[in-house]
Amino acid sequence: MVETAAMILPHEGNAAGTGVVTITPAAFASRLSIRARAEAVAPLSRALGVKLPDAPKTSAKSRNGKRTALWLGPDEWLVIDEAGADLMAPCAKVKQLHAAVDISHRNVALIVSGKGAEAALKAGCPQNLSLEAFPVGACSRTMLGKVEVVLVRDDAETFRVEHWRSFSDYVFGFLAEAIRDPVI
Amino acid sequence: MLLIYCPYCQEERPELEFAHAGEAHIARPTNMADISDEEFETFFFIRSNPKGLAYERWRHVHGCGCFFNAVRDTVSDKFLATYKTGEPKPDIDSLTKKGDGK
Repeated sequence: MVETAAMILPHEGNAAGTGVVTITPAAFASRLSIRARAEAVAPLSRALGVKLPDAPKTSAKSRNGKRTALWLGPDEWLVIDEAGADLMAPCAKVKQLHAAVDISHRNVALIVSGKGAEAALKAGCPQNLSLEAFPVGACSRTMLGKVEVVLVRDDAETFRVEHWRSFSDYVFGFLAEAIRDPVI
Repeated sequence: MLLIYCPYCQEERPELEFAHAGEAHIARPTNMADISDEEFETFFFIRSNPKGLAYERWRHVHGCGCFFNAVRDTVSDKFLATYKTGEPKPDIDSLTKKGDGK
């Protein structure tokens, strides 16, 4: 008899929802953390096929919409490829000094969607998440409860909550508990 | 919640995202090997710790990750100004007259 071990993903089976908001695990994506000075930004953008944004709290998408570059700091970006493509290889061709680290397995994400998505996140996030202050495409590293997360607003009622995989139980538990609040 | 203006994110963010990082504008001596123990002690340990306006370093640790400087009133906890690392100290008199927290 052949015994095989099945890998259980951090958010496997984690799904919760009410009439106004659903929480679902995001599909596997590859992710890259980039630190670079100004002179390396243009070559890296060309190599990755997505412009690394230079304005705070903004993100940019590649032409096919599968790859997103998030501004985290003046010299720091998070690139997410939902097709799971290798992101290290294109960066290796860039001659200018930069630091690129593959963090595909460090991060996982939850998709919080629905009319109550904003309210659900506000249960633990102190930032202003209204559409005026946090428009579609906005992204930010911030806090959710006790842990650090990266929030991206995919559309008016959908947020992607990127977090470390070791925090996955906490983040899911926190949000699942938050959406039980009758005001949401 | 106290809001702090991050000069790198260019907006006010909740206090929870920030960490205090000691007194600002302390230059490391360039001749470290030559200075006396007393001079080293002054540089390394002695801080002004004023009651009133203080120049401090802060870090937007759960945001952009950057260090910046701030002028804060240690009595009222009011931030009079925040500015990027490397920029000169802002003029206290003009800040106390205006005092809008930006």
